[in-house]
Amino acid sequence: MQRRSRTIPTARREAALAYTLLAPALLLFLAFTVAPLIFGVYISLHNWKLGPRQFIGLTNYVKALGLESELWPALRTTLSYTLLSVPLQIGLALVLAWLVFQRIRGKAFFRVALFLPWVTSTVATAAVWARLYSPDIGIFNAILKSIGQPTSQWLLEDRGIFTLAAGALGVALPEWAGGPSMALASVVVYTTWVFVGYSMTLFLAGLGNIPSELYEAARIDGATGPQMFRFITWPLLSPTTYFVVTVTVIGTLKAFNHIWVMTQGTAGTQTAAILVYRQFYEFQRAGYASALAVILSLVILLVTILQNRLAGERVNYS
Amino acid sequence: MQHSSALRTTRWVYLPLVLVTIASLAPFIWMILTAVKDYGDVISLRFWPWPPLGDSRPNFGNFAEAIQLIGVDADTGMPLFVRHFLNTLAMSIVVVVATLSTSVLAAYAFAQLNFPAKRLLFLLVLATYMAPEELMLVPRAVMMNKAYLNLYDTFAAMVAPFLASAFGIFLIRQFFLQVPRDLFDAARIDGAGHMSYLFRILVPLAKPAIAALALLEFIWTWNEFRWVQLITSSENMRTVSVGLVGFLQGDGGAQTQLAMAIAVMVVAPIVVLFLFTQRYFTAGVITSGIKG
Repeated sequence: MQRRSRTIPTARREAALAYTLLAPALLLFLAFTVAPLIFGVYISLHNWKLGPRQFIGLTNYVKALGLESELWPALRTTLSYTLLSVPLQIGLALVLAWLVFQRIRGKAFFRVALFLPWVTSTVATAAVWARLYSPDIGIFNAILKSIGQPTSQWLLEDRGIFTLAAGALGVALPEWAGGPSMALASVVVYTTWVFVGYSMTLFLAGLGNIPSELYEAARIDGATGPQMFRFITWPLLSPTTYFVVTVTVIGTLKAFNHIWVMTQGTAGTQTAAILVYRQFYEFQRAGYASALAVILSLVILLVTILQNRLAGERVNYS
Repeated sequence: MQHSSALRTTRWVYLPLVLVTIASLAPFIWMILTAVKDYGDVISLRFWPWPPLGDSRPNFGNFAEAIQLIGVDADTGMPLFVRHFLNTLAMSIVVVVATLSTSVLAAYAFAQLNFPAKRLLFLLVLATYMAPEELMLVPRAVMMNKAYLNLYDTFAAMVAPFLASAFGIFLIRQFFLQVPRDLFDAARIDGAGHMSYLFRILVPLAKPAIAALALLEFIWTWNEFRWVQLITSSENMRTVSVGLVGFLQGDGGAQTQLAMAIAVMVVAPIVVLFLFTQRYFTAGVITSGIKG
């Protein structure tokens, strides 16, 4: 009896303390995350420009999902961007992580040098790359010229990469087979430059978690390097791989800053995130932009769920 | 034999690594070199226009010229770039201090205390972690308008969405959970309350995690662009990133060497910070990655 009467106030005091400690963070979340989420859906149901607002139901959504909508090309561009970026970035990161993981000198130097682009402002580095890509004063065209190859318009080139490749061989492709624009492919190269060190860092941590006894045992059994990769590294690295893939896919679906700086969505680089921003920032269409944002978020959510399903079957967590 | 094969692998490893490292650093080197070139050398594509290959001189005046071109803050009379720099610094410091405080306190509650609705509140934090920023961008900006919070074009609006971080709460909580419960019981016996246990014992122990969070939040805020561009309109409320984009799209944009001079000044503080603290950085990224 006596014991219980003492613990109840303690529990109550503990709860009071917990709520006090949580209050600052939770109130900020409520005000600047939860409230905007609800408010965003509310705005999306209105014709919300400067001046009087009007409830228009799902009109913004109907417009966004209509046949003429800019959303479809934007989503296709986003998808191309993701499908080009993810394998390139992750494949390269995995190879680099494996190389840096070997017993080599200057490990720390390689890690720092490759991680540096991720740390620095995307606005600043995208500005640098936009100059590197410049048709007149850029370094890429200077190199192409010096080896006697035809130059490119890079970020200004809206023709598809397949069209250009086929054109170089003298073949004309139909428009639907043109592929992502050269400008978008150029942005993908920049994206790889920025994020490869980040993905590599995650892979390195994953590699470090694999017990070295496994490799030693395999070596004693006469396993070759590729066999060890196939049967030890790859399965045991799968949680890390899954995480890196998820982060990269979601990141590419949301890509904004560097695309805005390099092309502002011109030349076939208008991704969904750029479209949302332009509708709001340039045209002040808060309602329509919110409807687009809701749809984009649902797409991102769907992709996340899909990835979870796929990973559930394939990832080895043991 | 094993030994020799290991050696062979090792030597072969350097070639791709060195090539990739050069590719990683080359844009930075190009940026720095261009920032001190004359306009003529930039448009005539001379990579190294200085002795011994050329007869130009490094033009350090580009930095001053770029700052001058951005203009002067009408209120204070200081160059706008300096104002942008101070705004960015103030924003980053406020966000770091606020995020650390809110994260440490909330993380303690989640890691150490029992209370009703704990799971529910934790799910709420998880949900804010997952909520895409795109979805919140427009409503957050509308909220800052006159009709609602009336914070448009203020410092408060610039920092408001970043003062609490679900990522920060997870990162610190994860660290707190690794500390053995016995330590708390021992501190209890010594008469320590929750707060003295948190600040005298846990926080010093969690220094690596806290440092990692502080550094990540600092660079994320320093590099923030979209929100500030959206929520400010006065020249003197801008940050360096927004100022740089304005410069690129304005009259100065054609003067590549000046644009690069500004880019150098935007990037330099973060690069220096990173080089001195990279151990914590990678630790933070890895923790976020593995536990994510």
